[in-house]
Amino acid sequence: MKYSFSFLVVIALALIAGVGSQIPGMGYFFGVVIPYLAFAIFLGGIIWRIVYWAKSPVPFSIQTTRGQMKSLDFIKHSRTGAPDTNAEVVGRMALEVLTFRPLFYNTKSELREGPKITYESSKWLWLFAIVFHYSFLVILLRHLRLFLDPVPVWIGWIEFWDGLLQIGAPTWYITDVTLLLAVVLLFSRRLVNRHVRYLSLMNDYFPLVLLFSIALSGILMRYMLRSDIVNIKELLVGLVTLHPVINGHIGAIFYIHLTFISALLVCFPFSKLMHAGGVFLSPTLNMRNNTRAVRHINPWNDPNIKPHSYADYEDDFRESMIDNGIPVEKGLPPKDEPAEAGAEKKAEE
Amino acid sequence: MYNKGLIVPGLIITVLLVTFPFWFDVFSSAESTDPTVELPPGGEQNCIYPADEMRAEHMVILNEWRDDVLRNGNRGTVTVDGKVYGKGLQLACMKCHTNKEEFCDRCHTYASVVPYCWDCHLTPTQQKAGLKEAN
Amino acid sequence: MSLPKLEELSQSVWQGPSLSTGAIPTKEWMDTPVTFKPGGYAYPAKKEKLEYLDSQPGLNFPFARIWSPEEDDWLLPDNWKDIILKGLAERLDKFRSLKIFMDCCVRCGACADKCHFFLGTGDPRNMPVMRAELLRSVYRGEFTLAGKILGRLAGGRKMTVGVLKEWFMYAYQCTECRRCSIFCPYGIDTAEITIILRELLYSVGIGINWVIEPVSNSTKTGNHMGLQPLPFRDNIAFLAEDVENLTGVKLDVSFNRKGAEILFVTPSADAFAEPGIYTCMGYLLLFNALGLDYTWSTYASEGGNFGLFTNNEAMKALNGKMYAEAERLGVKYILGGECGHMWRVVHQYMDTMNGKTPANMEVPVSPITGTVFNNAASTKVVHITEFTADLIKHNKLNFDTSRNSHVRATWHDSCNPARAMGIIEEPRYVLDHVVDKWWEMPENTIREQTFCCGSGTGLNTDEIMELRMRSGLPRANAVKHVVDQHAVNTLACICAIDRATLTSLVDYWTPGVTVCGLTELVANALVQKGENRVDMPEGLRTMV
Repeated sequence: MKYSFSFLVVIALALIAGVGSQIPGMGYFFGVVIPYLAFAIFLGGIIWRIVYWAKSPVPFSIQTTRGQMKSLDFIKHSRTGAPDTNAEVVGRMALEVLTFRPLFYNTKSELREGPKITYESSKWLWLFAIVFHYSFLVILLRHLRLFLDPVPVWIGWIEFWDGLLQIGAPTWYITDVTLLLAVVLLFSRRLVNRHVRYLSLMNDYFPLVLLFSIALSGILMRYMLRSDIVNIKELLVGLVTLHPVINGHIGAIFYIHLTFISALLVCFPFSKLMHAGGVFLSPTLNMRNNTRAVRHINPWNDPNIKPHSYADYEDDFRESMIDNGIPVEKGLPPKDEPAEAGAEKKAEE
Repeated sequence: MYNKGLIVPGLIITVLLVTFPFWFDVFSSAESTDPTVELPPGGEQNCIYPADEMRAEHMVILNEWRDDVLRNGNRGTVTVDGKVYGKGLQLACMKCHTNKEEFCDRCHTYASVVPYCWDCHLTPTQQKAGLKEAN
Repeated sequence: MSLPKLEELSQSVWQGPSLSTGAIPTKEWMDTPVTFKPGGYAYPAKKEKLEYLDSQPGLNFPFARIWSPEEDDWLLPDNWKDIILKGLAERLDKFRSLKIFMDCCVRCGACADKCHFFLGTGDPRNMPVMRAELLRSVYRGEFTLAGKILGRLAGGRKMTVGVLKEWFMYAYQCTECRRCSIFCPYGIDTAEITIILRELLYSVGIGINWVIEPVSNSTKTGNHMGLQPLPFRDNIAFLAEDVENLTGVKLDVSFNRKGAEILFVTPSADAFAEPGIYTCMGYLLLFNALGLDYTWSTYASEGGNFGLFTNNEAMKALNGKMYAEAERLGVKYILGGECGHMWRVVHQYMDTMNGKTPANMEVPVSPITGTVFNNAASTKVVHITEFTADLIKHNKLNFDTSRNSHVRATWHDSCNPARAMGIIEEPRYVLDHVVDKWWEMPENTIREQTFCCGSGTGLNTDEIMELRMRSGLPRANAVKHVVDQHAVNTLACICAIDRATLTSLVDYWTPGVTVCGLTELVANALVQKGENRVDMPEGLRTMV
């Protein structure tokens, strides 16, 4: 159910876009209206989400340290494990965000007879994730050639290196293959790894299925069901210059590809895909570990919460403290002895 | 702590990155390219396939021809509507589309496509220049 | 509850059907209600303790009542759901971490097998990601558009009594040790989730007594055990006497003394319970040898802060005593003893909650070496291990390591000092100087990857002993490894809860290992002027 639903949604999207776009006059709807709408939701959505996050303060300094703090001169400080300065925080974040450090140090634990627990390095998730993300980045940058006119020279360099193998015409891109492969592996992992299988939600399968479909439709369009690239680029440049035009015929595969991407854009701000932004705002990662040296301010710190005061404490235990020579602030209250003594005197009288 | 000083610039950078194509074209000082191609000066009307198909598929045809001729040694010809074409860029295509700069390059530049045909082949203009030098 | 025999539990851990051993539950977790059986939960908070705390200014512990987790009806207030949802909304507004951790998890599963509770119990809901999903599913179902529309399809569900019971079970099968956070690509910290869950549960009067009673005691008397000024002082005086008898050196110990340079605060467990008392003897001996101008306080007599395990208001109220006492006594700074969660509070919360420090306090300077502790310039609280490492570096301590020749030690990094502070090398540096040789446990179980004792955050109560033995298994297993390999017989650490709980843990899984504090070893190896030691084959533990 969890993943079959994802496939159903994607198939439905493909049918709607593939058939719908070929109805005369509907090209504009699928080529212009939907992408604009999707992009507006995407842009508005990510701004809304980041503002939503930013509206809550970080009341406490809750960095997780993954190394030695800065302390005495002769103790070697782990600058990217327990950063003390902003520059070191940048270093830590660079490692976390660019190299996926926690996943690199991932281990797999196994219960054996005894019981004995063993831990071994397990870098598969790291590998799949890093291949996926960097392939996606390169593909994203490559696609700029279809939006920018004239095309900046550096995009050509990316294309050159990505197409270095010079297989086929048009040349196969390395990242097309690696992206598809990584998505398949990430998906398979969700099915094969028993922990992940048990905890995965539809929300986890759907983005993978969608990304797979995006990649597949893109590959089909480039290598098999080709459409005239010039017509496509004229539409895309039109979109970003706000003068969208559809010249000539564009194949259904393009509209399917575009609709998939629109679906991804719409989902993005409202799903776990926002981890892309969230990782930068994660307080356990992006804070300095210098909280004993520099005070962190909590805007809602309540000054009315005070400890049970020493005065009250002493009131509770004063007598015993005095009797046993523990220093106190106040002496015992004067006893009523004089009055009593007076009374006794009176009685005597 | 709200880290406004970091989040606001971060948000602006995010928006700028995401909308990059929108504003890049506006601020780009370079001339935009024109994908309008020069039709054959000789006035030929027909190619081996209809124009739409040629636009989408020419790279595949050329690749097949290259494999046929260079790798399989099959130098056959292609006959369409009684016209015989040799299998080759210069033998066929460039016979009509004589001007690479005004034909091939127009679209290739527009779409940032860098085919490696010209690693080996000479364009007609280069050929002429080469002949002159040889003379 | 009776603890199963070692063989039985061993068999159950590695062969019993669980997600840890390879059996995938056929039912989805949302369809599996939790059941509470004796031994499976810690006893609920006592009514009178909650009532006392609720009466304190600034604290809110409502709906005190007598109830049992085993009963169907938890006697919740009528508007409990409202309170929980409002409480969650309020906390989303107060903690950015909560929003980020609710929104960013991709369920990659990297954290799944990093949790000692999961490894020991194999219960899928003990995978850190699942613990967070218990809350996240409600967040989705009640707070997000997608979750409201798509419901369960988008992983959302409504808040129900069943969910609340699930929260109670799993918020108390987490020791907030943060090991999962180290492996999470977004740094999602389950401790934060557990903290929020516990806060929400307290807002409808649900908590456990092993946490609430110490909080209540600490409020009234200053320490967890509720020791009044006299017994607190006497306990320490007895320990001082023991030290005198062992070493022949007269100790000078003062309490609540105004004008002292340093206020010393350590977990009260060190003052009255084995094996912490030996660490306490170590402090007394060390400070005396240094001629340190310090005082104990009977009012701020607790370093630990179980407020961290209830809600942030209680944590702040308890913690406030340290600065209040520092101000009253006019000390220059505070020296903190060996404790795990105390140091999480001191390092990450104290200054924020109860700063700025009183005017009489100064940037800490070691009176012996002159070293300025700039890393504690604002809180003005120095960790005993930093302090000792600095003394050793400056050759101010003269050690005879042969005095520790009965010790074959390994080092346990306690969760909070390792992952919420980063005090990793100092204790190793100290240990290097006070024993001839010591051995590290396997690399995936130490330093920032260290495993919890399994009984932190107020779970060190006897009624859940089987659970504690299970959750402590990864730690015990690593200890057993060095016991087998290197005949290690001592597990040293800088945490009072560890000292107590690891003792039961290793007694069960790998008997014959002694648990000790670092300062115990330091003081025992210390050669001091005018000493006249009796034969001490067991160090400070030698009975005279």
